[in-house]
Amino acid sequence: MSHHLLDEIRTLSRREVELCYHCHKCTAGCPVVDAMQYGPDLLLRMVSLGQDEAVLKSRDIWLCVGCYICATRCPNDIDIAVTMDTLRQTSLARGYPAGERDALLFHRLFMGVVQRFGRSHEAFMLGLFKVLSKVPLMIDVPAGIGLFMRGKVPILPERLRAPTQVRQIFQRSKT
Amino acid sequence: MNYSYYPGCSLHSTGIEYGLSTRAVFKHLGLELNELDDWNCCGASSAHALHPTLAVALPARTLSLAQAFDRDLVIPCAACYNRLKGADLAMRNDSRIRSQMESMLGFQYAGSVAVRSVLAVLAEDVGIKRISEETRHPLYGFKVVTYYGCLLVRPPEIAQFDDPDNPQVMGNLMRGIGVEVMPWSHATDCCGGSLSLSRSDVVQNLVGRLAERAREAGADAIVTACPLCQVNLEMRQTSEPKIPAFYFTELLGLAFGLPDADKWFRKHLIDPRPVLMSLRADGRVAANLKR
Repeated sequence: MSHHLLDEIRTLSRREVELCYHCHKCTAGCPVVDAMQYGPDLLLRMVSLGQDEAVLKSRDIWLCVGCYICATRCPNDIDIAVTMDTLRQTSLARGYPAGERDALLFHRLFMGVVQRFGRSHEAFMLGLFKVLSKVPLMIDVPAGIGLFMRGKVPILPERLRAPTQVRQIFQRSKT
Repeated sequence: MNYSYYPGCSLHSTGIEYGLSTRAVFKHLGLELNELDDWNCCGASSAHALHPTLAVALPARTLSLAQAFDRDLVIPCAACYNRLKGADLAMRNDSRIRSQMESMLGFQYAGSVAVRSVLAVLAEDVGIKRISEETRHPLYGFKVVTYYGCLLVRPPEIAQFDDPDNPQVMGNLMRGIGVEVMPWSHATDCCGGSLSLSRSDVVQNLVGRLAERAREAGADAIVTACPLCQVNLEMRQTSEPKIPAFYFTELLGLAFGLPDADKWFRKHLIDPRPVLMSLRADGRVAANLKR
């Protein structure tokens, strides 16, 4: 079985990463590139060169917000946003710690809440995130209270039939 | 006209006024929204970040519910719209994904449901002419910039919505109710929504720049069509004076003279009523706001 990252990306996301000729349109348009270590086009190059560990441990793959600017502008039709998803999934599958711990925590909590209730549930989510993340505890508490006072974060989840079926979907998608 | 309706999670919580104003505007125009019974979360940005199968399966379940009705499926939230439309296209164009979903969810994909945004329905099925005719209080002199964010327009092969670089639909609707739409270059920039909790520093920069550029464009407010953008724009502004973010449906409702407009505005994190009041004091906006 091949463990070359380039092959893995090609199989999983069906994207031809090596078509990149580094025009930098993706990097120039990326809204979060300032916070990244490498930026999207350099990351693609590193994938092609087999620098798996540096790519998969980088914070960049977790900072991608999925805005699709890069994918929309790429002259070679590389879906860089989907490639970023695949890099995250590969990074987790190979057991690397996430380069942005709290970004992964957010995604996991969100999916956990959806698995449990069938829908997102802000009060639950925000509470768990505040306790488990490294973001200082009091940040966003005033905003959270503001939302609550305006009746925007219901405490009790809605009662639905969906959760049973949604849990089934989670189970089946794992196999 | 009769539509199926998928509000999505935000419209039952942080984006509640988007749901209320959408329902009120549709009712006023004689359009019926039938909320799908028992819908589930679309998976938002977290499902596709971690699990490609769930990213299709979660919206596919909701699509399977919509299939029972011979109606278009209307979606206000830009992220939900993108996920449901993407799942529909994946099942439509990829037989492998289609059969995987059919066996996982126990349904037959018919491809009979058109997935549409509220913005598209109002622009295409109702039209600017009717919107103008319904306007009792034209919002003359009210200056806004329109903000679409990412997921209504990108990726264009999924969103299939207007011009992905220079969309006009929301501006046309706003001009229809007398609003002055200011030109700016940031209508489809990203607000950083999915990092809002984990990297609020990054997001404050993105939102701060959007607010600054909106002010530079001479706008009194930003008009959005996405509940994630709206709450992010209001929650992550740090410098004063803050610029309020409206849902386009709220301004339609206000211009139609709908009595509940005031209740929607009370839900905002940045109270937009001072801006509207000052316009009314100028005699520029005949807003039906309570003092």
